[in-house]
Amino acid sequence: MNKITPILSIGIPKPLVDGPEKTTGKAMFAADFQVVDALVGRILRSPLAHANIVAIDTSKAEALPGVLAVITEADCADSYGVLPIAMNEWALARHRVRYRGEPVAAVAAVDVATAQRALDLIDVSYEELPAYFTADQARAQGAKLLHDDKPGNIEREVDFDLGDVDAGMAAADLVRELDFHCAEVCQAQMEPHAAFAEYDAARERLTIRPSTQVPFYVHKMLARTMALPESHIRVIKPHIGGGFGCRTETLQSDLIAGLLARKARATVKVVLSREETFITHRGRPETQIKMKVGMKKDGTITAVDFSAQQRGGAYSGYGIVTILYAGSLIYGIYDIVSARFKGCRVLTNTPPCGAFRGHGTVKTRFAFENLIDGMATELGLDPFAVRRANLLVAPTMTENDLLVNSYGLDQCLDWAEKASGWKQRKGKLGPNKGLGMACSHYISGASKPKHWTGEPHATIHLRVDWDASITLLTGAAEIGQGSSTVMAQCVAETLGVDMGRIRVIASDSALTPKDNGSYSSRVTFMVGNASIDAAQNLKALLIEAAARKLDIPPADVECLGEVYRGGQQDQGLTFEEVVMEALNGEGTLAVKGTYDTIPESWGGRKYRGAAIGGTMAFSYAAQVVEVTVDPYTAEITVDKVWVAHDCGKALNPLAVEGQVQGSVWMGMGQAMSEETRFHEGLPLHANMLDYRVPTIMESPPIEVGIIEANDPHGPFGAKEAGEGSLTGFLPALTNAVADAMGVRATELPLTPDRLMELLEKKARDDRTAANAEGKVA
Amino acid sequence: MKTTLSLTVNGINRDDVVPDNMLLVDYLREKAGLTGTKIGCDGGECGACTVLINDRPRHACLTLAATCQNAKVETVDGLSRDGRLTAIQRGFHEKLGAQCGFCTPGMIMASEALLRRNPDPSEADIRAALAANICRCTGYVKIIEAVQFAARELSA
Repeated sequence: MNKITPILSIGIPKPLVDGPEKTTGKAMFAADFQVVDALVGRILRSPLAHANIVAIDTSKAEALPGVLAVITEADCADSYGVLPIAMNEWALARHRVRYRGEPVAAVAAVDVATAQRALDLIDVSYEELPAYFTADQARAQGAKLLHDDKPGNIEREVDFDLGDVDAGMAAADLVRELDFHCAEVCQAQMEPHAAFAEYDAARERLTIRPSTQVPFYVHKMLARTMALPESHIRVIKPHIGGGFGCRTETLQSDLIAGLLARKARATVKVVLSREETFITHRGRPETQIKMKVGMKKDGTITAVDFSAQQRGGAYSGYGIVTILYAGSLIYGIYDIVSARFKGCRVLTNTPPCGAFRGHGTVKTRFAFENLIDGMATELGLDPFAVRRANLLVAPTMTENDLLVNSYGLDQCLDWAEKASGWKQRKGKLGPNKGLGMACSHYISGASKPKHWTGEPHATIHLRVDWDASITLLTGAAEIGQGSSTVMAQCVAETLGVDMGRIRVIASDSALTPKDNGSYSSRVTFMVGNASIDAAQNLKALLIEAAARKLDIPPADVECLGEVYRGGQQDQGLTFEEVVMEALNGEGTLAVKGTYDTIPESWGGRKYRGAAIGGTMAFSYAAQVVEVTVDPYTAEITVDKVWVAHDCGKALNPLAVEGQVQGSVWMGMGQAMSEETRFHEGLPLHANMLDYRVPTIMESPPIEVGIIEANDPHGPFGAKEAGEGSLTGFLPALTNAVADAMGVRATELPLTPDRLMELLEKKARDDRTAANAEGKVA
Repeated sequence: MKTTLSLTVNGINRDDVVPDNMLLVDYLREKAGLTGTKIGCDGGECGACTVLINDRPRHACLTLAATCQNAKVETVDGLSRDGRLTAIQRGFHEKLGAQCGFCTPGMIMASEALLRRNPDPSEADIRAALAANICRCTGYVKIIEAVQFAARELSA
């Protein structure tokens, strides 16, 4: 008799379940939906960075044949925003515009040309106000307030002072402090924002397909903006062309599409241009950081004292969360007790920032890992040794009350050191070549949801019918990261069945259970656990059915995935037979699974300023970057990256590798070339040529080491894989350049211009020093 | 002004009256209903709209439809035959060359053009052939592996 065993799905490289659609052109993105009578939606945007709107006259546009709807703020029932405490944005500017390109009005017309003519016919009169394009300008005494309820143009100030920082600094053998400046960067996901909105005028119901990572938030904000009952809205997430955080909040284009569809009582498609997508922004804020660290001779860190000022843009968005993360996540990676933070999020007349991959942590980590690299050099310590001198021991709670149950940073360090040949190669690569390293970490979802309702954090439905197929219904937004594949793997593994039995239907509010969305790397952890729970509940039903059919106690049923039997000699029942028995007298099976975080992970018991960042588990990463610098042009070539990422159990090693490579590479763009630039608030970067993301020509090989420090609460031990390793690239690069050229960059991106300045300054300083020495001699 | 355009799209003869200023990408997506070809930028920046015109990779967003008179145009929609993924499609699927999938149609068509003229490309050849195509998900590592996989499959 052949040995029958459950089919394994976890830990095996699996192509994505929706790969065939993506490689054949069948995958439908929001802009791909079309019906014959669909109208074109277009947005009129502010030409000024800061102005009162005195009047808007839409009468001429409305009179133009072929125009079905014109909307302004008067059509919006309420403001919107991602944080319940900071909803100060309107789908269309209300009384005032606060950045160039802010939506002011919108039209729906029969074709693009008519829509464009209609926009030209809208008369808006403005009264210009002083505008501020840097955080310092906006904070200056007497500056006009962007929002009357935000004195000093400050969105939020945060500070904490934990342990004893002054004593820590006094106890240090070396104290160093540096100022860092990181440019604003944008997600620049490949798919421009789009929404396809169908209005059922007979029933006053809206069906919308928006390009979003958070269909549930879009649903809520549509209801609020349109004053439409939530039950009259159906949000269906189409395929999504990347997110990286720019779509983790409702965007104006989502709301405008809904408003236009209702007013026109028709179907409206809104597709933003690339320029408009850049203007919509929600990227990582420009940040100034002051970082001071105290270190013992052996590399032990005695205290951290740091501050961050972020240029947040014109509206709140995620700003409060971003500035809180920038402080609190100094913890959770090393054994640091004493830390002091002062953070300030400033409102400026630039497009609003948002939650970019690695939310809040990236620039702080860059400053920290960069500074301690230089301190290691001064103390004659190896950078790996400095990290090893400060490791945490799990399980532990950090000084600011973050739960750390699993910790693979030590193994990440070992892997990166060995794979890169660090010990043999460091310092021996020859002129203009260098190696640098750095570490980073990230949360596996925030433990406390933003909209606290008492519901479980994640819910999954499984449906099994007479055909013995399993339909997995999830609200989790598949955005290319592979969430639907991971859910299917979790269910298949738990049941021991082939993944081919499982069909995933994701993110249709009429069919799938609510989910908060794809952000902060929450999906694998939260929804993965809910998937396992659902599969276990289904398995219990199937075992009961098999027991009935076999006439044995349920405890005696051996579940082998595709076969359920009473013992080795028993031929057993096929999965199909078990399903039919389970349906007997019951009908179609509908099983639910849920997941909730544990209160210990919520954080914030000890200290209010630390209440953010609480997570069930942290991922960890260590990476080594090898560079060659052209001394004449200061152009940096990244020759290779070795990155180790502790994601706990790698549920799908192929997808983990893809996520880690993509993260590191995205970090590379931010470190070397990506930067938004404005002239009087006018974006100078708003296309894919001037906003320089790395092409395939300059992108290095990235070797990934998967480290599995399983988390006791993770699904099969898994933690996040999609964000943590982005951050380490930035400091690893500047550390590698320091190794190669002897100059320490504190400003990003490190373009050839900036590096050339540093090299020239070093050459001047070296000459001055040589002359001085000559005189002394 | 309008032109009567005769061409083949994915092997099928078509005759359409098109405005002279209509871009090929709009013709393919709106007239022919082939939405596999994507628009990722405002013109010639990202490569998502790459199609083959007479076997050569071209930006459909920089090509006027009317200039494709009697041309052979191919898009990702028509690549697989009998419902089977071709080698390059399998490469992007199995090697995870596609994450979000938005750049994928352009990447696949640019790779297809490369493999037609060079069935055994070096890594440098692959990089050169895809230099005009931006991907924001993969870091390109698995895209190179996908093309290498397809080259091996085709030579086997």
